[in-house]
Amino acid sequence: MSVDTRTVRHIARLARLKMSDAEVEAMVPELNNILGWVEQLGEVDTDGVEPLTAVIDQKLRLRDDIVTDGGIRDAVLVNAPDAQHGFFAVPKVIE
Amino acid sequence: MSDLTAKTIAELRDGFRAGDFSAREIASAFNDAVAGARALNAYTVETPEDALASADAADQARQAGELKPLSGVPVGIKDLFATVGVDTTSGSNILKGFKPPYESTVSANLRSAGAGMLGKLNMDEFAMGSSNETSAYGPVISPWKRNDGGNAALTPGGSSGGSAAAVAAGIAPGVTGTDTGGSIRQPAAFTGISGIKPTYGRCSRWGIVAFASSLDQAGPMARSVRDCAIMLEAMAGFDPKDSTSLDLPVPQWEAGLSSDLRGKRVGVPREYRIDGVPHEINALWDRGIEWLRDAGAEPVEISLPHTKYALPTYYIIAPAEASSNLARYDGVRYGLREQGEGGLEGMYAATRAAGFGAEVKRRIMIGTYVLSAGFYDAYFNKAQRVRALIKQDFRNAFEQCDVILTPTAPSAAFGLGEKKDPLAMYLNDVFAVPASLAGLPAMSVPGGLDSQGLPLGLHLIGRELDEQGVLNAGLAIEERAGFTARPGKWW
Repeated sequence: MSVDTRTVRHIARLARLKMSDAEVEAMVPELNNILGWVEQLGEVDTDGVEPLTAVIDQKLRLRDDIVTDGGIRDAVLVNAPDAQHGFFAVPKVIE
Repeated sequence: MSDLTAKTIAELRDGFRAGDFSAREIASAFNDAVAGARALNAYTVETPEDALASADAADQARQAGELKPLSGVPVGIKDLFATVGVDTTSGSNILKGFKPPYESTVSANLRSAGAGMLGKLNMDEFAMGSSNETSAYGPVISPWKRNDGGNAALTPGGSSGGSAAAVAAGIAPGVTGTDTGGSIRQPAAFTGISGIKPTYGRCSRWGIVAFASSLDQAGPMARSVRDCAIMLEAMAGFDPKDSTSLDLPVPQWEAGLSSDLRGKRVGVPREYRIDGVPHEINALWDRGIEWLRDAGAEPVEISLPHTKYALPTYYIIAPAEASSNLARYDGVRYGLREQGEGGLEGMYAATRAAGFGAEVKRRIMIGTYVLSAGFYDAYFNKAQRVRALIKQDFRNAFEQCDVILTPTAPSAAFGLGEKKDPLAMYLNDVFAVPASLAGLPAMSVPGGLDSQGLPLGLHLIGRELDEQGVLNAGLAIEERAGFTARPGKWW
């Protein structure tokens, strides 16, 4: 499988990365180089092998469904590029 | 006081306790050394007041007889550990100016143990790199030079390159690093220091800027194996805020140190003899085998048949997890915002385009591609199946041996700008990545110098939770390698 400029544009949109035409052009061979290399995994017989889901076998813990944190609105907002009236502010999404 | 900066953590701790010098004298000596080494570009932020305040607290604690394990010892913190009120940028423009209102569990643990902070350490952007060249702050320059009379600037390795350079240059006695696919061990090898990545889950990931969550592990880097044991004891421990944190007591690794390896078997994996590795590295590996034999261990040849597939597996899984983790940088909650065109979506895309560097974008693109509709099974699931086989390889091997010895990296440190092809850069982690994929404890210790006068490391991989076995084998090598070389001061 190899990617072309159309695929790169599609992936860049999914990844929310703005790219110029020149950047898209440059990305095509770079991605193909890396994807071509990882495709050697096709040589490995993985029939009947379950994908790894936990690096170290352990039970995921459950905790009580109670509030353990909160009431720190100012700390949450302190690094926001734009915070207004106690909320994160973003460019207008509804006309 | 410059001799204080030549001491190990154990020497500083013990000398401070004995009253040979004060914590303030230690902190001042390191603060001066840090300020005098800016040519290395190792620190992104210097926090001398923090180091002094902790030192004063330590001096008072000594008077009061209330010493903590790291009282009197200042450390450097890699820039992806969140530190309250101190810039935490993960080497990225997208987090420029980010001052966390919270502290990472690992750095908080170090503080609770009495350690002070000298500053934040430069690194590859989001820990994606093996040379420190992807940092938004520019690369760290290794304190080491080749002995060829040239003056080429060398990489300290990466991604924990600032951490490694700081210890090698004597501008921190010990530091935190993180290791996703070799980011503690390869820079430790390149700079002639020791570093250990513990078992996945030993150190909490809470408050560490996420790269690939199933691989990321914090660990210490320092001058000696003992120092690594001391620091790791302070850093590790169960944390309910990390869902994969191991709910186990922290062993007393320092007290358990022993280089007597009688009755132990050392596995030597035949698949790690790969083409293109300099003879000197294989020769050092052979010496390492003899050193461990001398310590009482029995070398056994083992096989890890899926070794050659570890790197391609890693370069599917790590970018996939990174593309998910880095989705949070959207210009809304923290970090950079670029207005862009086209409303909210345009703002996202413009912010991310402006804030991420080339390697990070490349990995986000690969990760997004391998997770996208129609490709998920062929790439991501396939890689997780191969990862299961790699893990099984180690399980099988550890039925025949107790610890595995390999070289840490396939080369000594290379020059900045020498590796331009991303794939060539990725191959530098060929020996480090398999243990990361399997979540196993692994460490690099210095073994010797190559013909150019540059350090080479030996790499030990242990069973799950057997950091002690790794540290002990590392200690046996350290005692026999007699590695005392230091870089000549040019900075």
